[in-house]
Amino acid sequence: MRLITHNMLACNIKGVKSGFPLKIEAETVEVKEAELNPEFLQRMYPKLEWKAFVDAAVSLNVTGLPDEVTPALLEDEEFLKKFHHALLEIHVEEGALICPETGRRFPVQKGIPNMLLNEDEC
Amino acid sequence: MSIADIRLTHFDREVYEPAEDSYMLADALKDEWENVEKGNPSICLEIGCGTGYVICSAALLIQGNGVCFATDVNPQAAAATRMTLAAHGVHAEVVVGDLLAGMEKRLAGKVDVLLFNPPYVPTPDEEVWSGKGEGGITASWAGGDRGRVVIDRVLPLVNDLLSPSGILLMVLVHDNDPPDVANQLRLHGLDSKLVLTRDADEEKLHIMKVW
Repeated sequence: MRLITHNMLACNIKGVKSGFPLKIEAETVEVKEAELNPEFLQRMYPKLEWKAFVDAAVSLNVTGLPDEVTPALLEDEEFLKKFHHALLEIHVEEGALICPETGRRFPVQKGIPNMLLNEDEC
Repeated sequence: MSIADIRLTHFDREVYEPAEDSYMLADALKDEWENVEKGNPSICLEIGCGTGYVICSAALLIQGNGVCFATDVNPQAAAATRMTLAAHGVHAEVVVGDLLAGMEKRLAGKVDVLLFNPPYVPTPDEEVWSGKGEGGITASWAGGDRGRVVIDRVLPLVNDLLSPSGILLMVLVHDNDPPDVANQLRLHGLDSKLVLTRDADEEKLHIMKVW
């Protein structure tokens, strides 16, 4: 699971109001290189919850991302490299995602989060 | 190669094997791609990825210009999808879960290409996956009354999910009553048309494009 996915996932247990962002408990993290595409990053930026993304990155010891992104930064090569690395090259392979409201753990195995709910959660 | 290679698709007894409907959906995506590309798509999502044949085709088409997400209620399907993607040298984000697997709120208004090969076979309603716990192979095809139970859960979500230029490509069979599906979508302000039709062994298959 990369941080781009984490930024889209929320706890969907019935009645939960603040299920985003999920807290990441990472046991195994891998870095896999991906080709940097500045244009994609520029298009993707407005779709992200930036604070949740930066916080998630920090929780995985990936630092250096600014709290605010200006249009100028989106053209800056150094920023784009850091943005790209955090968004697309960090893979949480084993661990869990924790709902901030209920504490429910959603396991992540082989890079795949399992968001299936139990009988009493739907 | 712009669509997935069946020889590199990972099979598993508990996962829906690519069949005529999977190939049709991938073909329809390839046919539509020239148009889709004009809108600079960023996000593709497949609901029910199975072995990953279709989402893999999407990933091959979009490459680094976009991100692909895939969901499935069957953990074995998700695992198979992961292997299919790896065999093709492409990446997609795979999540085990029901329908949008918890991504519906964050992806609202953002999905440029939505792909759906639903469980469309008419069966008794009891055979439809309950929505709780893991789904197995039956979840991939059992569609309940008129084969519409799962389709009808997705139709009301489409308009909220799609980006302004987004499209849905969905497999339907004749028994699903495509004109009725079109009517339901119209109630949500969506247009649709059948873009591909093929006669398979036991059923007439359609791909419906929705926008």
